Amino acid sequence: MPLNELVELAPVRDPQINFAYLDERTKRMIRRAILKAVAIPGYQVPFGSREMPLPYGWGTGGIQVTASIIGPSDVLKVIDQGSDDTVNAVNIRRFFQRTTGVVVTTDTTAASIIQTRHRIPETPLQEGQVLVYQVPVPEPMQRLEPREEETRKLHALQEYGLMHVNLFEDLAHYGHISSTYDYPVLVNGRYIMSPSPIPKFDNPKMHQNPALQLFGAGREKRIYAVPPYTNVESLGFEDHPFEVQRWQAVCELCGSNESFLDEVIMDDQGKKMFVCSDSDYCGKRQVAA
Amino acid sequence: MNDLDATPPLMRVQSLSCAYGKRNVVRDISFDLWPGEVLAIVGESGSGKTTLLNAVAARHTPSAGHVSFDLRHQGLQNIYEMSEAQRRMLARTDWGFVHQNAADGLRMNVSAGANVSERLMALGQRHYGQLREQAIDWLERVEISPTRIDDRPNTFSGGMRQRLQIARNLITQPRLVFMDEPTSGLDVSVQAKLLDMMRTLTRQMNLAAIVVTHDLAVARLLAQRMLVMQNGEAVETGLTDQVLDDPQHPYTQLLVSSVLQP
Repeated sequence: MPLNELVELAPVRDPQINFAYLDERTKRMIRRAILKAVAIPGYQVPFGSREMPLPYGWGTGGIQVTASIIGPSDVLKVIDQGSDDTVNAVNIRRFFQRTTGVVVTTDTTAASIIQTRHRIPETPLQEGQVLVYQVPVPEPMQRLEPREEETRKLHALQEYGLMHVNLFEDLAHYGHISSTYDYPVLVNGRYIMSPSPIPKFDNPKMHQNPALQLFGAGREKRIYAVPPYTNVESLGFEDHPFEVQRWQAVCELCGSNESFLDEVIMDDQGKKMFVCSDSDYCGKRQVAA
Repeated sequence: MNDLDATPPLMRVQSLSCAYGKRNVVRDISFDLWPGEVLAIVGESGSGKTTLLNAVAARHTPSAGHVSFDLRHQGLQNIYEMSEAQRRMLARTDWGFVHQNAADGLRMNVSAGANVSERLMALGQRHYGQLREQAIDWLERVEISPTRIDDRPNTFSGGMRQRLQIARNLITQPRLVFMDEPTSGLDVSVQAKLLDMMRTLTRQMNLAAIVVTHDLAVARLLAQRMLVMQNGEAVETGLTDQVLDDPQHPYTQLLVSSVLQP
């Protein structure tokens, strides 16, 4: 079903539910955590994550952040893997329509809050916009150091040798850095941060971005942030610097050669096509062409 | 005044006591360790050897006493008065710690090369080619074939793991290494090879070491000086040969006479 029809079927604001589902005290508590996170870019601030009406792993952290900052005049866009019409995006959008009644959009430039799972929109963000990420694993060192007490100490003392052990392993086994998503970054020259499972293609977009970027991890009960115009540097070695992936193909719908492409299987014969993962960007280019 | 008085000791331990709750397991131990010297701490299980080692290696806060280390530009400093950041920095640059069980001192799920280079990366080296060269150099020095550089330590034998652990610790050219029963758990021929290698390395690098062992042969081969512990107290200290050949304290006499002669 096309998206505009979905919007027409949108649920109406349910007056029985408090604005944005959470109670006011909870929202205030989360806002305090967000303020602290903005004050210390990249630092993981613990917060009292609430049980939400959907399971962990479906974006409970991002939803709580959005619910705490959203107001009646906000315009909300929700994307999942870059697309506005996949199941996670549709359900979260409907959730906020029902609990807040705010205007929703698919247009990146029209949105004041964009909640995202796994992508940063191709259209550059502007000042005043907020990008909210859903984060499954906030701790970038978790794979090599499972003790959280220890990783907190490593962050506090800025002992980040471990992150390069990870990259060293990739180089030793594959000859190149094989991590393609959730690629660790150094924020504001101080904290190492997991950018949530966005493709590393999107990492450069975080650097000096005019929009506020907020990250919420519901299960792990952590919030962190990258304020507007903050340095975000992807890790690398001097002789093997960070680089993003490129495609041999262009988008078959809009012809873009600079967007992140999804490979879509078309039939049982293995016919495939490459299309932009960002549906709003791709759609606008098709209309313009 | 002889030379020994002119140079400061590398480490000075003064009236050190450690307690677990009300139970004193290390009582009033003092010693000086000089650069390049190997000190063996011997005694039976439960005598407080490992607790003493952990206390002087800043891994277990003592209940009383001082541990000072000769920092490169500041002279003797009490390690428990430093900031935690400074202490951890010291522990991964100028010190090494070799665990009895190599799995405790290694990252078993990353390659040997990454294990050996980790300390250098922690110090900020960011050139993959150079890191790898240094890792290969150290693998050779501990007699591990460089062809094993990309293998994980869980594919290594016990002796190789122990040598890998030593390489991982020595790559930053520390001045002091703590070893907790480095050879127990290895078979005799592997033990001999490891001891031989450690003796060569300590000589070459002018490396001081504190070795905890219950094996008097290890003490005899490696250490210039030894400290015999019983029930948390140092009952006898002295030159290794002197203590082993002419033990004065009844407990040391018992220890020496308990060694099996094949």
